[in-house]
Amino acid sequence: MASDAALTATAPAPGTAAKAPADATMSPEALRRLQAMALAQRRRRRLQAWLPWLVIIGMFVIWEAGVRAFNVQQFVLPAPTAIAESMIKWWVPLLDNSWQTLMTTLIGFFLAVIFGLLLGVAIGSSSLLYHGLYPLLIGFNSVPKVAVVPILVIWFGIGTVPAVITAFMISFFPIVVNVATGIATVEPELRDVLRALGAKPSDIIRKVGLPRAMPYFFASLKIAITVAFVGSIIAETVAANKGIGHLMILASSRFDVPLVFAGLIVTAVMGVAMYVAAVAIENRTTGWAMRGQNDQQQVSVPGV
Amino acid sequence: MERPFVEISGVAMRYGGVEGTLALQNATLSVGKGEFIAVVGPSGCGKSTLMKLVTGLWPATAGTLLVAGQEVDGPLSIAGMAFQNPTLLPWRNIIDNVMLPLEVVEPHRRQLRSQRAMYEARAQDLLKLVGLGGFDKKFPHELSGGMQQRASLCRALIHEPALLMLDEPFAALDIFTREDLWAVLQGVWMARKPTVILVTHDLREAAYLADRVLVMSSRPGRIIAERIVDLPRPRTLETTYKPEFVSLVHDLREHISAARKGEEVVHGQ
Ligand SMILES: Nc1ncnc2c1ncn2[C@@H]1O[C@H](COP(=O)(O)OP(=O)(O)OP(=O)(O)O)[C@@H](O)[C@H]1O
Ligand SMILES: [Mg+2]
Repeated sequence: MASDAALTATAPAPGTAAKAPADATMSPEALRRLQAMALAQRRRRRLQAWLPWLVIIGMFVIWEAGVRAFNVQQFVLPAPTAIAESMIKWWVPLLDNSWQTLMTTLIGFFLAVIFGLLLGVAIGSSSLLYHGLYPLLIGFNSVPKVAVVPILVIWFGIGTVPAVITAFMISFFPIVVNVATGIATVEPELRDVLRALGAKPSDIIRKVGLPRAMPYFFASLKIAITVAFVGSIIAETVAANKGIGHLMILASSRFDVPLVFAGLIVTAVMGVAMYVAAVAIENRTTGWAMRGQNDQQQVSVPGV
Repeated sequence: MERPFVEISGVAMRYGGVEGTLALQNATLSVGKGEFIAVVGPSGCGKSTLMKLVTGLWPATAGTLLVAGQEVDGPLSIAGMAFQNPTLLPWRNIIDNVMLPLEVVEPHRRQLRSQRAMYEARAQDLLKLVGLGGFDKKFPHELSGGMQQRASLCRALIHEPALLMLDEPFAALDIFTREDLWAVLQGVWMARKPTVILVTHDLREAAYLADRVLVMSSRPGRIIAERIVDLPRPRTLETTYKPEFVSLVHDLREHISAARKGEEVVHGQ
């Protein structure tokens, strides 16, 4: 095409180079290749989106087949169909109690976000605080939270409060550590850019420390939200009269194993939903840290 | 005569405690208000260190530093600095990076909200001046090294500092872009007359831009020679072919060679 050749001959002015679409100066063959690449990438994306569902369905199919083939007793391992049946039968208490657990978890989690951010910023920006508080934090985190629940019951009685506090305690630590790491590892060069302007320490934290810590913070949210569920359910199994943990304890005391599994699956679904929400927020807010590597980015669910 | 704007006398800098690297020793120089000086010297001789001492980013281990008659005892807010690395904040797009000093330095900080449009236009003009028009919404990682360096130069200029510290601002650029930017920088300087300290490895650049060129010895650095560039302004590329210019560059080159030989002697010990 003659017009194409003419376009390629004149170099675009520096200012317009950024905006001009690349295909304006492209030969048909190159265009075709580019389209083929885009198509392949789209296909890959589609596969990536479907893959988790395929894996999950596959797991249930194998599970079902295994249970049937080996004739496993229902109180040992119920088949997915039995679990589904139980879910349908008990959907009202399941929904009720998972709502309770969700609220408990979210309250504990948000408290952890607020205090975790504050403490993380403090620890990350002062090496005195860092060295002073870190050992205590590690010790605090090493205490098994199950052991703390009875104490919470003594203080606050049976109910929602111990569960909220357990969710808070367990999800607090990853947030603090990540935010502190993000701020403490700010490149000295970036800090110097601000210092050379005569910036106050608070300016440096606001303009360099916090933005720099955001990817760390959001990464920690993904972990924190999933462990927050663990925390609230632990507390519910020990000391509560509501919540999915409480429901599972009741069910297992009646040897209603399908219902226990139904509870587990509902918990897992809530955990994944919260995790996906955290990932969505992360992608929206800290795109700069990904540098267009979204293809390689994996959704890795941390084991707890 | 007026007092110099920047006075450095007997300054030494040792990194990392008593046993550390001695980067500068007995460095003495002064820069008049509105003067443009260039510092040249072999790699690793302490030029960047000198820049960081003058802006108060590091405390000197000996000697005195005065800027605008005041002892430098902490980071200066009247300085604009372009670092040797572009050091743009990766989470901000180019225009927000360029406008960063306005969010920190008074009186711009106070006025930024009410006069945002004016400041934004100023930033856009600067970007156009260095050939980055249309890249304002891009992020640093979407720009080449040389483009980032140009953006970082804009950031040093945006708040119109009285003292402009440029550490090899054009090192990552090709010779043609570089020569264009010499003219740009000269234009900015002639329009506003800030005091400029420019570090460079390019002797032609030093001779083109500066009123005075200082040559540093190899590490530990100190000033070993000084040449006044007595060429009329505005200088153009034509100027660089004049015999005075060529012989000045030649002269500087010999000083640098001597300085580098000195380094070898130090190594031999
Ligand atoms: N932060 C630091 N910690 C320890 N030593 C340093 C530090 N910065 C610089 N040095 C040392 O100080 C000396 C001078 O470094 P400087 O960066 O000032 O050199 P330079 O003249 O700018 O070199 P170049 O032209 O290569 O940029 C070097 O030997 C270097 O090893
Ligand atoms: Mg340097």
